[in-house]
Amino acid sequence: MISFLLIILASLFFMGLVVRTKSIASGRKGPGVFQPMKDIIRLWKKGSVYSKTTSFIFQIAPTAYFTSVIMAILMIPHGNNPGLISFDGDFVFFAYVLTFGKFLMIISALDTGSSFEGMGASREALFSMLVEPAFFILMGSFALLTGHTSFHSIFSMLHYGSNISYMLGVLASIVFVLIAMIENSRMPVDDPKTHLELTMIHEVMILDNSGFDLGLIMFTTHLKFAMYGAMISNFFIGMLPLEISIPLFFVIQAGFAITVGLIESFMARFRMGHNPQFIFILTSVSLLIFFGVLLVLGKFM
Amino acid sequence: MEKSLIEIFNLVAILAFVILPFLKTKGRGILALTVITIQVIISSVLASSVFSNGIVDYNYPGSFVTGIIPIRIDYLSAWFMILISFTFLTGAWYGMQYMKQYINQGDNITLHIVAFILVFTTLIDICTVQNGLVILIIWEVMALSSFVVIIFEHSKRETLKAGINFLIQSHICILLLTLGFMWAKVKTGSFDFEAITTYTSAQPAMTGMGIFLIFFLGFAIKAGFVPFHTWLPLAHPAAPSHISGIMSGVIIKIGIYGMLRMLLLIRTDMIGIGYFLVTISVITGVYGVMLAIVQHNLKKLLAYHSIENIGIIGIGIGLGCLGLGYGNQLLVVCGFGGALLHTLNHSLFKSLLFYTAGNVYQTVHTMDLEAMGGLLKKIPHSGYLFLIGSLAICGLPPFNGFISEFFIYNGLINGLLSNQYLLILFILFTILGLVLIGGLAMICFTKAFGIVFLGTPREKKHHHTLPESALRIVPLYFIVIAILVIGLFPVLLNPMLQKIIQLYQPIVGYQTNIQIDGLLGTLTLVGWYSLVFILLMALFYMIRHLVTSRRSCEEDTTWGCGYVGEADKAQYSASSFIRTYRKLAEPVLDIHQDRTDPHGLYPVKISLVTHPYDKAEKWLIDKPLHLIKRLLNSFRFLQNGNIQAYILYGFIFVGSAILLPILIDRIVLLIQYFNQL
Repeated sequence: MISFLLIILASLFFMGLVVRTKSIASGRKGPGVFQPMKDIIRLWKKGSVYSKTTSFIFQIAPTAYFTSVIMAILMIPHGNNPGLISFDGDFVFFAYVLTFGKFLMIISALDTGSSFEGMGASREALFSMLVEPAFFILMGSFALLTGHTSFHSIFSMLHYGSNISYMLGVLASIVFVLIAMIENSRMPVDDPKTHLELTMIHEVMILDNSGFDLGLIMFTTHLKFAMYGAMISNFFIGMLPLEISIPLFFVIQAGFAITVGLIESFMARFRMGHNPQFIFILTSVSLLIFFGVLLVLGKFM
Repeated sequence: MEKSLIEIFNLVAILAFVILPFLKTKGRGILALTVITIQVIISSVLASSVFSNGIVDYNYPGSFVTGIIPIRIDYLSAWFMILISFTFLTGAWYGMQYMKQYINQGDNITLHIVAFILVFTTLIDICTVQNGLVILIIWEVMALSSFVVIIFEHSKRETLKAGINFLIQSHICILLLTLGFMWAKVKTGSFDFEAITTYTSAQPAMTGMGIFLIFFLGFAIKAGFVPFHTWLPLAHPAAPSHISGIMSGVIIKIGIYGMLRMLLLIRTDMIGIGYFLVTISVITGVYGVMLAIVQHNLKKLLAYHSIENIGIIGIGIGLGCLGLGYGNQLLVVCGFGGALLHTLNHSLFKSLLFYTAGNVYQTVHTMDLEAMGGLLKKIPHSGYLFLIGSLAICGLPPFNGFISEFFIYNGLINGLLSNQYLLILFILFTILGLVLIGGLAMICFTKAFGIVFLGTPREKKHHHTLPESALRIVPLYFIVIAILVIGLFPVLLNPMLQKIIQLYQPIVGYQTNIQIDGLLGTLTLVGWYSLVFILLMALFYMIRHLVTSRRSCEEDTTWGCGYVGEADKAQYSASSFIRTYRKLAEPVLDIHQDRTDPHGLYPVKISLVTHPYDKAEKWLIDKPLHLIKRLLNSFRFLQNGNIQAYILYGFIFVGSAILLPILIDRIVLLIQYFNQL
């Protein structure tokens, strides 16, 4: 329960921090930290325009996307406190629930019959497919390292013994940052601020969404970021008591947000065709982690 | 009672064939429906009585050729009987409606009905009989009658070609099975399946491995493991839709049944078999879905997906074998449990998908994805049913596909925790494979559903469309209910699965029992959480509805970057949706392109047609076939049409048949004579 509340709280200011970092990096003062959230609330109050081509799928997809992320957040533990949903192998459920939301978003983009949105849909489908192996190998390596198979027991048993295992923690955090960037279609893969539909992924998929639905989708993106931030913070919280772990949680979330802002300020977007290669790096890094774990455990014959 | 039930089951079919000639076409259809329904009831009663009262086991005396014919229905047979019966029930009811538009082809339909009943009867019989020779005969009848049901539209050249391809490959399968059963018969003198157990347990592991390999090859052709899959993508589009659904749902599953049966019988080195099965299954799964994505024929796409799912089932079976070999009981439960459950699940959602594809075909009269679009507005029920099928086949919660994949994932993760270095590496790559299969399946089904049902029609043609009649939809809703029940309450199937798994390895030890209870408990939890997921979604949708109902809501055209004309042709198409993927997967695929490029100053007509082909088929079937043809062509002079020459060949054959042994005898004598010198 505690992690759920913390993630919701973090999601309120996460994107604001990213935007603020970006403005400061480019020499501007920038909006307040809660500005993106205010934008979303304004969107929730607006009416909407629907395309004549669309069907019920277009109506339910944003809600399904939102629910899938909420469901996934319910599974994330906070150090020693399990999430509301916790069972052996819950990370499989986590990944598949998220895929459910993505599936509906992709078909809702196709529902509009637009010549642009299919482009984003196609890319989203391909890139999220390429990301998934990295996540599974990573979780598999941690299951191997701790001997447990649920988020909660993995994270609470995670203790770094040797130098190699510290390396693994750092590598895993890098992988998670990159997964978060790809899943949310942010900078090195996609630039949400570009105004050319041909080069966008996520933004082009939601061209026809408006009003409440658009707000919901944007809020879901924030939630997703905070969710991955919570995941990264779990690498470091371990068995710490709440009075230390909660501030640490927010510090890590803020650090993550600032990292995202800095990456977005100082990196150029890749050419679309180079993205798959970039995403393959993730899988190879997670394979590296896997073999590192085998090394730590001494299971090499 | 069970004995008489089996006899009645077969007699009903025979009785139907006697009555059939006296009825009109419509009456024949109704008769077929009644017969299948009665048979389904009988076989379900039989199967459920097996699950509640234990294994049925009795013998028929048989003749001096066959020996004793044992009838044994254990839990494995009963499981497959339930699955076959359900798919045939929905298939028959759906098929009845599907065939209505061919009502003027009376004779053709009669043949179809006879073959249909035969396929069902023989499939159930295969599950019950345990005598090698008898099962081969039944298998042959099954293969021939499946051939007849596939080639219903035999006036089309393509259909006939696919049918003959199926016929040939089925007979290669039968040939291999014959070899396997003959091996056992020669060594033990009995066709009884139990002879295989007694024989292989007394022999070194390699013998068992050999005999398993022969059976595996035979059953792999039926089941569609790569590289024996080439008949599937041809036969499925050619057959009428209810037959495609049944073929993908249960006829290929009889290959899985055979494999599972042989694993029960053969005593050999399970570790080797496990590694072999897992490797070939991962290849099958990934290759199947990789090819599925590039298909632009809806039914062909679904056919390649069957190959993928056979791969997933195979991964489960392989894991189970590894568990048996390494003595890891949790792995046995997860592996075999996942495989059995996925067999059932696949038969449900794949038949659902094929039946809805049939409805699509009867609406637009084509299977070409590029010509479709916007069908959700024309046939809404079929559209949403197809969506549920796609979500289930991608293994997404809250549907049944997730439950069986979760079973297998659980086995994989538990296998990771073992101490065998080789096993850990193997499992790592299996996880990679399974995750890739999942992701690629999502690309494939977002494409299939999105292009067929969403957007606007890509080709404007005025078809004579049939209304979406209730009878064509109701059987499909039954499948959806089954899908949801398994997805939300997997606990219902636990007792059955546990009984089947006990056949492979009696679960012993207090510790393991707790572990297995934990696993099944987890599955129950997953079901509940899936329910929570649905309810949560409903709740949020309600909230959204309450909020948005008070806001203004307008309708307009899709945003077109300022262009407001008709954009039907500018929509994203199936080929463009998968273009990036295609570029990425180019080395594995074999795609032939026909394109005309634009030239000159003024707009001209340009086109691009892609023909995906199967590299495995090209290198493993087409090339060797070509070489054999070339070799045999050089002997064409023998077939000169001269009757005298043929008589001469006969004489030469008979002469050499008589003379050769004598000649060889003489030569042996001669050598012996020289040796003595």
